[in-house]
Amino acid sequence: MLLGLEGDPDAYKALLKRLSGYLRAFLMRRLQGWPDDVEDLVQECLLAVHNKRHTYQPDQPLTAWVYAIARYKMIDLLRSKSAREALHEPLDDEAEFLADSTAQTGEAMRDLNILLQTLPDRHRLPIQHVKLEGYSVAEAARQTGMSESAIKVGVHRGLKALAQRIRSTRT
Amino acid sequence: MKTDDLLDLLASDRAAVPRNAAARGLALALSVGAMLAAGLMVLFYGVRSDLTQAVQLPMFWVKLLVPIAVCTAGFVQCHRLARPGVGVGLTWLAMALPLGGLWILAAAVWQAAPASERSGLVWGNSWVTCSVSIAALSLPAFVAGLLALRQLAPTRRAGAGAAVGAMAGGLAAGVYALHCTELAAPFLAVWYVAGMAVPVAFGALLGQRYIRW
Repeated sequence: MLLGLEGDPDAYKALLKRLSGYLRAFLMRRLQGWPDDVEDLVQECLLAVHNKRHTYQPDQPLTAWVYAIARYKMIDLLRSKSAREALHEPLDDEAEFLADSTAQTGEAMRDLNILLQTLPDRHRLPIQHVKLEGYSVAEAARQTGMSESAIKVGVHRGLKALAQRIRSTRT
Repeated sequence: MKTDDLLDLLASDRAAVPRNAAARGLALALSVGAMLAAGLMVLFYGVRSDLTQAVQLPMFWVKLLVPIAVCTAGFVQCHRLARPGVGVGLTWLAMALPLGGLWILAAAVWQAAPASERSGLVWGNSWVTCSVSIAALSLPAFVAGLLALRQLAPTRRAGAGAAVGAMAGGLAAGVYALHCTELAAPFLAVWYVAGMAVPVAFGALLGQRYIRW
């Protein structure tokens, strides 16, 4: 698991994939009243895991760190729903059977692509070229006329900005 | 966007992760805060002129070391609370013990003093400015600490904000101790602690409100 944080992209992606399964199971069990919100929240947690990965220290159990993030994001969501609704949070830990369905990704209600469109070009273009159109950093640099380091920084800052946008759509 | 696409997207961000980011960010905030507080103190208050004699008095060291202990404990707590899944653990003791010790000492001094001198022990000559000055000197470290905290991931925002406040307040009280000539333990137990409590309260308030991530 630590390999991923060391900068090995394949290991990192595999790690995130496994974490997304855990997160989905964790959130589904606790958000039974709002199944529609689960996938959005999974995405939000993944983004938070990524953007806050510098706060993870190797001497700490990874699951404790990830679940603390998930709990924080979930409470944030519940709080932003009406206080009355939040009182009905189901805490039924019996529903382990749901864990089976967690391997497949559900449909997210909120489309991150739309949020992506609201980012400024210097963030949006690197993300679109490098990721969504599958170019390498060097190719993306040539396409956009930006320097390679600007592309890398653009992806990095863009992900932070994306997390910010998610937060502002909620409140 | 499908979650799988998001995974690809995240994996494509290869920006290097700084090691010990929490400790480094907070240490930077603390040192910037310390330099500014010391600068402000020298500029507007001035170091007490009899510092060389004062260092021989045990109460001078109490006055210096209790705030430093509070500052250190605040730093450690903040460092812990800034990372998801880490609680304060037993570090609250590191804050409670020096303060408790100071209060016990203050109570003993108060008890031993004749009734006519007691009010002087508490009010001193500078109670009007003491707490306010400490709160003011804590401002640079407080702001820098909150900014550092924003880059991290506190899941208990009010607690983390309060810890930043304790760090800044302890620092400010330690710096202010180099200026202030009061030496009575009851004075310190009331006004120094009140001065340090101001940034703690503001930290809890602002942390809850502004450190969202």
